[in-house]
Amino acid sequence: MNLILLIFDAVLLITLLALAAAAILSSEPRRAVMLFIAFGLWLSLVWARLSAPDVALAEAAIGAGIGGALMLAAARRAARRQATSSEEPS
Amino acid sequence: MNRDLSLLIGILVALLAVLLLGVFHSTLALDPGQRLASLALERLPESGVSNPVTAVLLNYRAYDTLLELAVLLAALLGIWSLGPARPGFQPAGPALAAMVDWVVPLAILTGGYLLWVGGHAPGGAFQAGALLGAAGVILRLAGNAGAGLPSEAWQRWLIVLGAGVFSLIGLLLALTGYGFLSYPPGQAKWLILLIETAATIAIGVTLAAAYVGGRPQMAQPPRSPLAPMADPEAKR
Amino acid sequence: MTAAFLYGGAGILLFALGLWSLLVHEPLLRKLIALNIMGAGVFHVFIAVAHRGDGTPPDPVPHALVLTGIVVAVSATALALALHNRLEQDASDSAQSTSTSTAGLLSGLSISPQSDIIRHE
Repeated sequence: MNLILLIFDAVLLITLLALAAAAILSSEPRRAVMLFIAFGLWLSLVWARLSAPDVALAEAAIGAGIGGALMLAAARRAARRQATSSEEPS
Repeated sequence: MNRDLSLLIGILVALLAVLLLGVFHSTLALDPGQRLASLALERLPESGVSNPVTAVLLNYRAYDTLLELAVLLAALLGIWSLGPARPGFQPAGPALAAMVDWVVPLAILTGGYLLWVGGHAPGGAFQAGALLGAAGVILRLAGNAGAGLPSEAWQRWLIVLGAGVFSLIGLLLALTGYGFLSYPPGQAKWLILLIETAATIAIGVTLAAAYVGGRPQMAQPPRSPLAPMADPEAKR
Repeated sequence: MTAAFLYGGAGILLFALGLWSLLVHEPLLRKLIALNIMGAGVFHVFIAVAHRGDGTPPDPVPHALVLTGIVVAVSATALALALHNRLEQDASDSAQSTSTSTAGLLSGLSISPQSDIIRHE
């Protein structure tokens, strides 16, 4: 019983760290932001497991939701700028 | 950045992480001693709410929350001072528009529910405010450039509502002899609910306005009388 | 005990990952993501410490602190993105004005006080 719980915890945490590493290492802005949103949602799952439902709700709504939407808009602009600057180098 | 340097930084950061892990491990082995948790849970019946997190946020450590609302306000003022809002997105197609018509009222309703339920179950002003903000984000994505927010003058009142009501109640309590933000017994629940309602509206409007990303531009663009300094060159 | 160390340790690793990326990567958006992951690591340590085994209720004080922290982190992110946007707007404006006007004076400056005036002419 305890061992199963430990394995469950380990899987949760390894996925969390892998999502964080993937978000950090991807150089394409939109992909990085989407991985960051996935990371935030996974983090809120982990916090629900740690019996912090209030904080999990807030992280899912504010951290991943609004923060992700803000960054996604910025990533869209960055991607568009990259496209125009590669067309005509100033 | 050059490859060797980033490798060096990686090694240094890894060393720092090992150090922190060691410190954390030895801290866990220590006896935790008297924790705030027992005190917080013990006094919960006096706090006016039965959700311990809401009790900490709005009763025991209400100062924190007041200052946090001030931080939120300052961030939005910073964003507004950087220039006008970006133009919005193109209007949504019929399918998306129909979905938005359903989702936005639903988000606002859920926000109200979370606000009320925050007193005794997971939820509260921040989660509810985030849902209101998300409704604004959805509206802007569907082509409403102002994210469904009212005129600029109204927005200014709404974003100070949270910190304003909070500090006003605190001052009134201080004047009536209870001390700043220490609630009279028996009335804590309604005062907390009043503050939370104001905070929810303020947080929702602030987050939606932050997503718009600049000073609101309504019907008449830049030449508003509020910003006479904006373009002195226009007359030339 | 093991679970507490596992969860807290993951928070520390998140912090280290974010710190490394913040120092190494150049683009502002990546730095911002790194900063947010650093913050998430700190929050995670708080939540792990607040969790006191599966039977006992968790400590509400760190939970409230993290809740405040999340909102502050998002507002800081929003402000940083607005600053970033403004910087790039000014940079592209001054790049345009140097390419159209004859004055090569501004060529070395990415943000110049004159760029606003030139834009309106």
